[in-house]
Amino acid sequence: MRSLFLATAALAALSTAGLAQTTSYSQVERGRYIAATGNCQGCHTVPGEAPYSGGRPMPTPFGTIHAPNITFAERSGIGRWTKDDFWRAVHQGIRRDGQRLYPAFPYPHFTKMPRQDVDAVYDYLAALPRVEKESPPNSLPFPLSWRRLMAGWNLLYFTPGVYQPDPARSPEWNRGAYLVEGPGHCGACHTDKNLVGADRRSRHLQGGELDNWAAPDIRAGRNGGIAHWSDAEIVEYLKTGRNAHTAAVSIMSEVIEYSTQLMTEADLKAMAVYLRSLDSPARSAATKPAESVMTAGRAIYADNCSACHRADGTGVPRFFGPLAGSNKVRDPNPTTVIRILLEGARSVPTQARPTPLSMPSYAWKLTDAQIAAVASYVRASWGNDAPPVTEDTVRSLRQTLKETAAH
Amino acid sequence: MKKLPPVDVVLVGFGWTGAIMAQELTDAGLQVLAIERGAWRDTPTHFPPTTAPDELRWYWRKEMFQSNARDTLTFRNNRDQVARPMRRWGSFLPGEGVGGGGVHWNGQTWRFLPSDFAAQSHNTARYGALPEGMTVQDYGVTYDELEPHYDRFDKLCGIGGKAGNLRGEIVEGGNPFEGPRSAEYPNPPMHMTFSQNQFIHAARQLGLKPFPGPSANLTRPYVNPLGAQLAPCSYCGFCEKYGCGNYSKASAQTTILPVLMRKPNFTLKVQNEVLSITRDNTGRRATGVTHIDLDGNRYEQPAELVILCAYPLSNARLMMLSGIGEVYNPATGEGLVGKNYCYQVMAAAQVFYDDKFTNGFVGAGALGAAVDEYNGDNFDHTGLGFIGGGYIANWTTNARPIETHRTPEGTPTWGSQWKAAVADNFLTSTTVGAHGASMAYATNALDLDPTYKDAYGQPLLRMTYDFTPNDRAMARFLSARATDIARLMGGREVKVVLRDGPYDSMPYQTTHNTGGTIMGTTPANSVVNRYLQSWDVPNLFVMGAGVFPQNAGYNPTATVAALTFWAAAAIRSQYLRNPGPLVQA
Repeated sequence: MRSLFLATAALAALSTAGLAQTTSYSQVERGRYIAATGNCQGCHTVPGEAPYSGGRPMPTPFGTIHAPNITFAERSGIGRWTKDDFWRAVHQGIRRDGQRLYPAFPYPHFTKMPRQDVDAVYDYLAALPRVEKESPPNSLPFPLSWRRLMAGWNLLYFTPGVYQPDPARSPEWNRGAYLVEGPGHCGACHTDKNLVGADRRSRHLQGGELDNWAAPDIRAGRNGGIAHWSDAEIVEYLKTGRNAHTAAVSIMSEVIEYSTQLMTEADLKAMAVYLRSLDSPARSAATKPAESVMTAGRAIYADNCSACHRADGTGVPRFFGPLAGSNKVRDPNPTTVIRILLEGARSVPTQARPTPLSMPSYAWKLTDAQIAAVASYVRASWGNDAPPVTEDTVRSLRQTLKETAAH
Repeated sequence: MKKLPPVDVVLVGFGWTGAIMAQELTDAGLQVLAIERGAWRDTPTHFPPTTAPDELRWYWRKEMFQSNARDTLTFRNNRDQVARPMRRWGSFLPGEGVGGGGVHWNGQTWRFLPSDFAAQSHNTARYGALPEGMTVQDYGVTYDELEPHYDRFDKLCGIGGKAGNLRGEIVEGGNPFEGPRSAEYPNPPMHMTFSQNQFIHAARQLGLKPFPGPSANLTRPYVNPLGAQLAPCSYCGFCEKYGCGNYSKASAQTTILPVLMRKPNFTLKVQNEVLSITRDNTGRRATGVTHIDLDGNRYEQPAELVILCAYPLSNARLMMLSGIGEVYNPATGEGLVGKNYCYQVMAAAQVFYDDKFTNGFVGAGALGAAVDEYNGDNFDHTGLGFIGGGYIANWTTNARPIETHRTPEGTPTWGSQWKAAVADNFLTSTTVGAHGASMAYATNALDLDPTYKDAYGQPLLRMTYDFTPNDRAMARFLSARATDIARLMGGREVKVVLRDGPYDSMPYQTTHNTGGTIMGTTPANSVVNRYLQSWDVPNLFVMGAGVFPQNAGYNPTATVAALTFWAAAAIRSQYLRNPGPLVQA
């Protein structure tokens, strides 16, 4: 307990903004803010239903997990949980009944949160309306349905422990590292996973895939996916959902809507400082698409894309994402690019920028070969150097999305 | 009929005026419900790029406009004729659906001249009594009073242009005749193309002062004061009669709805048509509206405040159907609802070049250059036989393949020679147009048709309208001035397009129908007071160009919007504190 207290005190001292947070807000307000930094609402709420009432399906490569109700409802929620129960769940991934939680609940990240913060979240949840609502059962196949298996997983891949500041780094960097690696759990999407769903540590924040979306590399340094973003641009992106380089779509939209747009500029700046300190390995040059593919892609692009994204791929910054230099476009994994062409995209409306600027779907209009051609063209033009997309990849994703939509 | 839970405010219709009013009144904390008879429409769902520019679907098959299979109006030129239903829109195109006509406007965003608001007193003072039968009157509100509200609309939309009169100082490059502006336009003007440059050159040779047309087609990326984002125009030439797929044209969808639709105290009900305004037994107080859904279910919607935000023709009809005020009778001069219906008078001269490309398909609804020397009372009308006027402009709004086919004088109107002439001139011609005012006459009016009914069995609106002596004299004058400019634009030949004969309801001109619920200074000369509040029923307000006592020589949208902001401000600052008449009769 003593060491925990010290860690908390150290954290509070890290940033003056963090300190202001602890002294000027009530415990519930503090909990609200911390819950927002963890985007708890995003996973624990079915869109349109009561916040935190659970039931939202989380597709994983292993089956569908349903987020539990974390309102203080007596029967279906966590109304009978004590602060210690809650702490054990968040810090160690163990439920009130002693069963293991699945890491779809990001306790491997949340474990970095100090007790004081976790208690504040508890107090915040306790202050919310209680909603009795049972979550549907998970659809994990045996033996994964056997939660005791998670003990072994934890042994291999889980290190419990509150974030320990690096004294060699600035308080701002430490605050950022804590937010990114702890409550922000950015690695849950942006880090590639191994066969059993654990982070590949060597590929930390270098891009991952989730629910048929490719989450791009969010490291900066010299070679990272956001190497050309400034601190201010990172803050702007997290606050408004868009910046001069890109706009948030899909899962990141929720993160911005429920989490980062509600955070203080100081915290967002700290995250930027941390991300900008992370380098990525240099990329090797990609194969160029065939000249015939480039010719077709250029023509398709001129007809369908250039009105918004401009003939030279520069787009309209903050409105229509630039394609030149985009970490979504340049991602070695083309899933997001293909998916946006197939389904269209919608930038997240935020308090600062409420317009959901949208791109239409081209699934009805372009064949798999045409989508492959235009995707290959944009990935190989204007300084972009990502590998070409094959028709088969498009066909397969189109099919997968069709099947997912049918469910 | 099912009675619904009451709301603070019910808005009838949800276009520009409905959206502005909803935004203002929800900001004041009121519970606002808007009822729109058409469907929901938004950029990504209804007119994304590659779907928006579909000429057949949107214009020729009229998907953008009010369904005249359900409700139309009957038309006649004069009272000696029998009015017949317009079964297909032609001369004007009333909108329907969320955003109303503001979805398919061009974006030409003008302020009326200070003297336009005082057309009766100003012209009488300068030229003596108005002619027999002309029923022009003052608005009851001044340009100076409206200026802050014009300014708000400019900023809401991100209008591009060049000020000509900044706080009383005349600025080079802008319109020297405009009323003083409190601020420069929020965005620069559009990029002029070959045709505008020829027009500007020609106008200057005549000693005129050309300036860029004020544009709600965005000239650069813009974030408005509500945080809504409008993107730069791509000059695709699909504005008028079309929704914009690039978020480049100011409309309710691009400027207000992203904010409004998220508010918990705003509700929008679509595909419900309001049938009448209900009143209590004194007749002096509106109790709400009745409406009907697509399945024929009827509802009574109680409200503390009823605001008509539908198209002007529909607002006038709804008042008539509800028995509020007396319908105007031209024979006796009695009654006010339906009085002073006005339209607009256009004239044009087309210029044909041999080897110069005008490339009209590189256009935008408000891409143009104009001169204002012949508008309003900017010139001496002594001995001319008319009052008012219009701006003369060269717009490159479109060269849409089905619609656009200028041909030189003497070309057959059909057949292979016509086709060859269309092809020959498609890329090499342009038009100098005059956009003229319309002065009110006793003979032009709206009332209810005695014979024809809509889908719900309610009488159609009947329009009686023809060009007036003032219109004809003004059109001849403007057409000559436009031709003067056109002849100096360096083309091979000029073709003068005159609007002769009686007004024809079929060829498209403008959707600038005005009057019918006119504003004014006393209950004896107007339906609504200077705050657009009904004289008869003080908790009923009427928005839209129907309140114009006569039309000015400009496109109406900015004035409609400024009047809506002005009325909303009066409701917020005066009416809510002390509900009742805002002007004592």
